[in-house]
Amino acid sequence: MSEILLEARNINKYYGGVIALSNLNFVIKKGEVHCLVGENGSGKSTLVKIITGVVQPEPGAEIIIDGVKFTHLTPLEALKNGIQVVHQDFSLFPNLSVAENISIAQYIKKFKPVNWKEINSIAKETMNKLGINLPLNVPVNMLSIADQQLVAICRSLASEAKLIIMDEPTSSLTREEVEHLFKIIKDLKNQGISILFISHKLDEVLEIGEVITVLRDGKKIATVNRDEVDKQKLTFLMTGKEIVFSKNQYKSFENNVVLEVKGLYKKGQFSDINFKLNKGEVLGIIGPLGSGKTELALSLFGMNPPDKGEIYLQGKRVKFNSNIDAIKNGIGYVPEDRLNQGLVLNHSVENNIVITILSKILNRFRLIDSLKKRNISEDAVKKFNIKCHSLDAPVKSLSGGNQQKVVIAKWFLTLPKILILDGPTVGVDVLAKNSIYETIKELVSHGVSIILISDEIYEVLNNCNRILIMKKGKIVDMLYPEEITEEELYQKVWSKEDKLKVL
Amino acid sequence: MKIFFKKEYFKRNEFYIFVVLIVLSLILTLINPTFLTFNNIFDLLRNNSFLGILALGELIVLISGGIDVSFTAITTVSQYIMGLIITSYYLDNIFLTFLIPIPIGIILGLINAVIIYLTKVHPVIITIATLNIYYGLLIFFTGGKWMYSFPPSFTNFAYIKVFQISTPEGITGLSIFTLFWFLLAILTWVILRYSPIGRKIYAYGGNAEAARRAGFNILNIHLFIYGYMGLLSGIAGFVHAQLGQIIQPNAIVGQELDVIAAVILGGASISGGSGSVLGTILGVLLFAVIKNGLILMKLPSYWHQVVVGLIIAIAASFTAYQSKMKNKRMVKIDVE
Repeated sequence: MSEILLEARNINKYYGGVIALSNLNFVIKKGEVHCLVGENGSGKSTLVKIITGVVQPEPGAEIIIDGVKFTHLTPLEALKNGIQVVHQDFSLFPNLSVAENISIAQYIKKFKPVNWKEINSIAKETMNKLGINLPLNVPVNMLSIADQQLVAICRSLASEAKLIIMDEPTSSLTREEVEHLFKIIKDLKNQGISILFISHKLDEVLEIGEVITVLRDGKKIATVNRDEVDKQKLTFLMTGKEIVFSKNQYKSFENNVVLEVKGLYKKGQFSDINFKLNKGEVLGIIGPLGSGKTELALSLFGMNPPDKGEIYLQGKRVKFNSNIDAIKNGIGYVPEDRLNQGLVLNHSVENNIVITILSKILNRFRLIDSLKKRNISEDAVKKFNIKCHSLDAPVKSLSGGNQQKVVIAKWFLTLPKILILDGPTVGVDVLAKNSIYETIKELVSHGVSIILISDEIYEVLNNCNRILIMKKGKIVDMLYPEEITEEELYQKVWSKEDKLKVL
Repeated sequence: MKIFFKKEYFKRNEFYIFVVLIVLSLILTLINPTFLTFNNIFDLLRNNSFLGILALGELIVLISGGIDVSFTAITTVSQYIMGLIITSYYLDNIFLTFLIPIPIGIILGLINAVIIYLTKVHPVIITIATLNIYYGLLIFFTGGKWMYSFPPSFTNFAYIKVFQISTPEGITGLSIFTLFWFLLAILTWVILRYSPIGRKIYAYGGNAEAARRAGFNILNIHLFIYGYMGLLSGIAGFVHAQLGQIIQPNAIVGQELDVIAAVILGGASISGGSGSVLGTILGVLLFAVIKNGLILMKLPSYWHQVVVGLIIAIAASFTAYQSKMKNKRMVKIDVE
């Protein structure tokens, strides 16, 4: 199995004056699980686009697939040569059935009437090959995210894929689903299909990859075998810097309860939630997908009123009917889906920052005072170290990490007592993660209490004073990071037996 | 009989429309017994074949995630040119007459398709523009004159019945135009269900970006959708001229929303990806029965519009509510 499936030589790509890829050479063998890692902007997606024919490389490039030489590919040529992508959004047809989604390539072949028996049998055979059993006639939008991904994988297999490119395939899967996906990837490999696996999660890259290619600033830094590297080394290759995630020591929080939750319950979401939050404390809530942690956060923020239970703010019982009540009481919430829920992407950095405090920057005619607005947003950009070339730049032109900081900054300006950060580092790269952790330190130094919701072990371990583990709607454990190692916490969070420990 | 009691039939949108249609018909019969007579039903089917044919075209456009409001202008233009040719050359051949509006409709539809594909502007804007252009040019060149004396073959064709029955009120039967409508419905159903382009239209309406990535030829899809709408507009132009035996340039433009409403009433989604031929036929019939009922109840005509508006609002809210409930069932997570 050392035959070469795809070789790319001399790949250059410029966008205007910017070099996206420079002089790249790249080989994928048959039946190989090849991982592609790199920071945002390192050229991963440009490389994928060139391999799939979506963009054309500069002249002089050669792409050889199974011995056939191309100077560039068109999307149709890429598909015909067995290059398939499982996109991060899966690119499925939500209104069509599972069977039709899997067999969709049938429609591209020559004109012939649709044979529904054939559509169903192709889908069935493909699923059998991977040991998957999904109902054929259910529309895809009725499936869970993990099952939708399986449909997308089956579709590429049914389209006679030789190479399946998976773009961030694990970003919305639970740990169990990730394990199932890895089993499927191994099955695909055994059937001689190559996988190009693109991920930010280095643990997973090291778990599934055989060969790892690292990109940085449009250049290939290295192609290494799995055995030659560890996480530290990969991080160094990706960033060119030694990054040590040091444990943050917030020993100094005052023993002064700002938030207390007693017996919070919401049907079908969570039950029996009790905890306290101190001033200046960072409290981590970790748990697998579907543990109810986001639902709980939304309840604290007034957007998902609980059925039973009590919430106390500084000893005073409160009841939030909407997030307006929560904001008035000094609670802020930074959502996981910052693009849709946290930012107005087309608007400027400045306008996004001041959106929560418009009523505080009015002049005597009750109109917005642009000088005040400018000063406040300039301060915030400095304080949180937001990198943007101008305050008037639209927020969508910023990198993911800086966008996240804009959301945090705008909530900071409301002078919250409590800030709930839901998955603050989802989809941002290693360096940006680090600077978001710095931002959390900054917030704490101003006496803000933080609830950090995450499913990344090292994130809660390195940033929190206390960690709550949530599973199936219940808090099952409370831990202090200094008393536990990464492995132990990992075991506790992802273990399958859910012994309920009484706190 | 077994299949009629399958559970999933009751979950389908068409089932609800069918029930509403039956209940409404019974109520109307109680109020005015002439409603449920063969005469009235055949009339209803004949007079709404025009709307029904247009609705089939709009159905395909809506499934693809697009919308076409220019088809009334296309219908008018193709009908008017047909009228001009047969009156000025005294063309007394119904078959040739029928063939005139079809290519005109298709060409105007293809123009829509190309503009929408090239500009990437939302189809509602493009078709509002072409509605005005097509209609405006027609009025400019023709002066908007009415036509009403046609060759005998044209006049006689309108009375053809597929079959006849005699009732106490006299002889009645199924009009040839109802047959047109139902044959075109079958054609549309076959296209949507058994041709690759039909499935691609559903797929494109469900997720346009995914369709592009899957390697579908998007231009071809556009040409087919709006070309088919043009084809049906041409045929509808013929049917409309036949039904009224008069061609007035201002008779059809303005009925766009009735057609779109009937299709949405039939369960098609304005955001694309769903809709069925059966639902569309039921939608047109429901729409027709309501209008007919209002006339039989002798309500003043401005109430018609109010009722039509209410029906659209209720039908659309019901569909949205249903899909919301579906989603709600999905996100529930298990707690011991």
